[in-house]
Amino acid sequence: MVLLLARRVIQTVLILLGVAAITFLLLYALPADPARMIAGRSATAQTVANIRHELGLDKPLAAQFWAYLQGIVTGDLGRSYAQKTDVGTLIAARLPATLVLMAAGIFIEVLLGITFGIVAAIRRGGAVDRIVMMASFVGVSAPQFVAALLLLYLFAVTLGWFPMSGFGTFAHVVLPATTLGILGAGWYARMVRSAMIEVLNQDYVRTARAKGLSSARIVLRHALPNALLPIIAMIGIDIGQFMGGVVVVEAVYGWPGIGQLAWQAIQQVDIPIIMGVTLVSALAIVLGNLLADIVTPLIDPRIRAR
Amino acid sequence: MIPASVLAVDKLCVDARTPEGLRRVIDDVSFSLTAGETLCIAGESGSGKSVTSLAIMGLLPKTSLQIASGSIALEGRELSRLPNRAMRSVRGGDIAMVFQEPMTSLNPVMSIGAQLTEAIREHQGSEGKSADATALRMLDAVHMSEPAKRLKQYPHELSGGMRQRVMIAMALSCRPKVLIADEPTTALDVTVQAQILRLINELKREFGASVVLITHDMGVVAQMADRVIIMQSGRIIEQGEAVPLFGAPRERYTRELLAAVPRLGSCSGTEGPPRKGAQPAQPPAADRQPVLTVQKLDVTYGKATGWLFGKTPPLPVVSDVSFEILPGQTLGLVGESGSGKSTTGKAVLGLLPFKGNVVIDNRNIAGLSQRQMRPVRRCAQMIFQDPYASLDPRMAVGAAIAEPLVIHGLANKGEREDRVADLLRRVGLAPDSASRYPHEFSGGQRQRICIARALALGPKLIVADESVAALDVSVRAHVLDLMLELQETMGLAYLLISHDMAVIEQMSHNVAVMRSGRIVEMGSRRSVFETPRNAYTQALIEAVPVPDPRRRHLV
Repeated sequence: MVLLLARRVIQTVLILLGVAAITFLLLYALPADPARMIAGRSATAQTVANIRHELGLDKPLAAQFWAYLQGIVTGDLGRSYAQKTDVGTLIAARLPATLVLMAAGIFIEVLLGITFGIVAAIRRGGAVDRIVMMASFVGVSAPQFVAALLLLYLFAVTLGWFPMSGFGTFAHVVLPATTLGILGAGWYARMVRSAMIEVLNQDYVRTARAKGLSSARIVLRHALPNALLPIIAMIGIDIGQFMGGVVVVEAVYGWPGIGQLAWQAIQQVDIPIIMGVTLVSALAIVLGNLLADIVTPLIDPRIRAR
Repeated sequence: MIPASVLAVDKLCVDARTPEGLRRVIDDVSFSLTAGETLCIAGESGSGKSVTSLAIMGLLPKTSLQIASGSIALEGRELSRLPNRAMRSVRGGDIAMVFQEPMTSLNPVMSIGAQLTEAIREHQGSEGKSADATALRMLDAVHMSEPAKRLKQYPHELSGGMRQRVMIAMALSCRPKVLIADEPTTALDVTVQAQILRLINELKREFGASVVLITHDMGVVAQMADRVIIMQSGRIIEQGEAVPLFGAPRERYTRELLAAVPRLGSCSGTEGPPRKGAQPAQPPAADRQPVLTVQKLDVTYGKATGWLFGKTPPLPVVSDVSFEILPGQTLGLVGESGSGKSTTGKAVLGLLPFKGNVVIDNRNIAGLSQRQMRPVRRCAQMIFQDPYASLDPRMAVGAAIAEPLVIHGLANKGEREDRVADLLRRVGLAPDSASRYPHEFSGGQRQRICIARALALGPKLIVADESVAALDVSVRAHVLDLMLELQETMGLAYLLISHDMAVIEQMSHNVAVMRSGRIVEMGSRRSVFETPRNAYTQALIEAVPVPDPRRRHLV
C-alpha cells in the first residue's frame, strides 16, 4: 500500500509536469497576444511592449516555462493578467462550489446508473429493461446544454420547483447536478446492466442460489460487488469527463465555480488562469484514478494480495 | 423391510424453450434414493444428468427450462410445485449441492468464513459466534489444514482441491438429507480427486446424508456407487446395483459406454501403442534422427521492470527439461495442473520465450524471429484442448483448413480445394463439410477439423495439448484411434500432453512425468507404467479410479 502510494505520487508529479508543458506550449502557439488584450485596442506599441516586459512575455519560451515551473514548486500559480490577483487565490475561492457540484453530479450519476442498471439486469428482456435502455440512450445522446435547457424549462420555468440559477441552497444544486449526472447515469446504467448480467450467470451466483439465499441477498451481497469492480475504475477516469461538463453547466446555471472562471479566462486569453485551471483538472483526474485504485482493493481481495 | 426412500423422482419431464418451440430434454425419468445410499447418475454430455439435478434443486433457469410434468418428492413432500420461499428452505437446508468448478463456484470477493456462515445463518437461525463455531467445525470435518486461518482467507488463496473442500463443508453445514454432487472432481487433478471422493464417502457416513453423484467418469462411478443410473439423451437407459451393472450390463448403450472407458494397464506387456493398420513395422529407432530434441529448456513467466510502473517477479515454470522424439513415435508428457506440461508444449513450438535448445527437424529454433520460424512451423503443428474455442466461428471449415496453406503461400486455389477435400477424408469427415461452419459440428468432429488443419502443411511433429480432454469417452476413443492411424500412415511424431494416465498409456511409446516444472521420471511406456521408480509416478498411477466396482481401491 505504501509502495503503491509512493509510486502514484511520483507518477502524479510526472503527469502534472507533462500536462503543464503541453498546455504551456499550446497556449503560446495561439495567435492571440495577451499583452495586446490587456492594453486594449487603442494602446500604443510602446505600451504593449511595456506590458509584455512587465509580464515577462518578452523572455524566451524556455525561460518563461522555467520561471513558471519554479512558481508551481513554491505553490505560486502566477497572477491573472486581467484580474491582477493570484491565480491560486482565485481558484481556491471558486473550487468549493465546483467540488459541491461535482460531488452532487457524481452522486446522482452513480445512484441512478447503478439502480437502473441492476433493475434492468434482473428484468432483462422485459418491459422495464427496454424502458431503462431507451431512457439511457436518450441520456447518453443528449448534449449537455440541451439537457440543461430542457431541465430548466420543465422544472424551473414551468413547474417552478427549483431556482433558475445561482448558488447557495440545496435547491440550487439539484438542476445543475442532475444535468451533469444524467449523461453519465445513462452510461453507467448500461455498463452496470451488462456487468450484472454477466455476474448473475457466474457459478458462484448459482452456488448462492443453491444455498437457498433470498434474491435480494444474492443480488446485493453476491452479484453487485463483483459487478461494480469494473465500474469503479470507470468512475475514476470519469472525473476528467466531468471537468468538461462542469464548464458548460456552470455557464448555463450561473454557478460560481472554476468552470466559469476558466470560461472567462479563455475569452480574455488570461493564460495564467487557464494554466491553473488545467493543472487543477489534471490533478482531479489523477486523484480520481488514485481513489479508484484505493477503493478497488478494498472490495477485491485478489488485487489486495499483490 | 424396504428401506425408506428419501428422494423420489417420478416420471419427470423437463422442456427446453427453443426458438422452434418446446423441446423435451428430460423424458420420463423416475428413480428413488434410499437413506444412506450413493446413487450415481452417469452419462455423456447432453444426457440430461445435470438438468435432472438442477430440477431437483429448483434451480432450472426460468427463461430456458421448465418442468413439464412428473413429481419430485423429498420424504413424501412434493417439491416441484413448492412456492419459492418454501423451496429456499429446502435448498441448502434439506438438499445441498456441490458443483463441478471449484475455481469459479465460490464468490471471489467474499471471505471463506462469510460464505460458510451465510448458509448456516440462513437455515439454522444461528447468529454470530455460534455460526462461526459451526463454520470452523465444518472446515475441520473436511480435513482443512489450519481451519481458523482459512475462515479469513479468500477463494483465490486456496487451491482447487481446498476450494472443493470448502464447497463440501458449505453443503454439509446444514446437515442436509441429500447431497447432490455434480461432477465434483472433474476439474481436479487425479490425486486430489481421490482425496475428495474419499472425503465424500467418509462424510456421508458421518452426517447420514444420501448422495447423488453425477459424473461422466465410469471409473468414479465404479468406485463410489451403490446404485447406478445410466442416462442418454434425457432418458434413463438402465439402472441397477453397481456390481451387476458393471459385470453384466443389459443394454447395448451401457455396454458400448463401458467398452469405451480407457482402462489403465490395458496395454501392459506391449511396447508401443496398439497398431491400427497392417503396415510393416517401422525401421528400428536407433538409426533415425530425432524430429524434436529439447535440451535444458527453461521458461519463466513475468519479467522484472522498474518499480515505478509496475512489476511482476519472474516465476520459473519449466526448469531443465530435456527429451527427444523420433519420427513416428509419441512422447506422452503427463502431469497435474501447474506441472508446466502445457508451457513446455508451447515453448517447443516457439510460442513462448525460452532458454535452452529446441531442435525441430535439424533446425535450432532458439532465438529465431517470428519470420525465421515460419519454415519451421511447416513441420511442427499444434492441436489444442478446446475444439469449440480453437476454430473461428465465422470461418468456413474449408477456409480454416486451407489457411495454413495460404499463409505459407503454398498451392493455388484449385490445389487447395483438392487438398482440403483430401484432408477431410483423411480425418473421417465428408469432403463437402468444407463449406459448412464450426457450429454445425459436434465436439468430436470439430477436433477432427482441428487435426485436419494441423495436417494441412504436412508436418512431421504435432504437439497435442489435452486434445481429447474435452470429449466424451466414446468420441475420445475415436479421435485417439484416428491419431494412431495417422501416425502409422504418415509417420507423424506426437508430443502428447495430457493429465489422463489412461490416454498417455494407450498412445505413447515413451513417457515423461512432469511435476513442478521438472521431469521426475522418463522412460519407455512399459517401464514407466509397469515399473515406476518415482514415488510421484506411483501415486499418479494409484490414484486413477479403476472402472470396476469389485476393485474399490480409492475409498
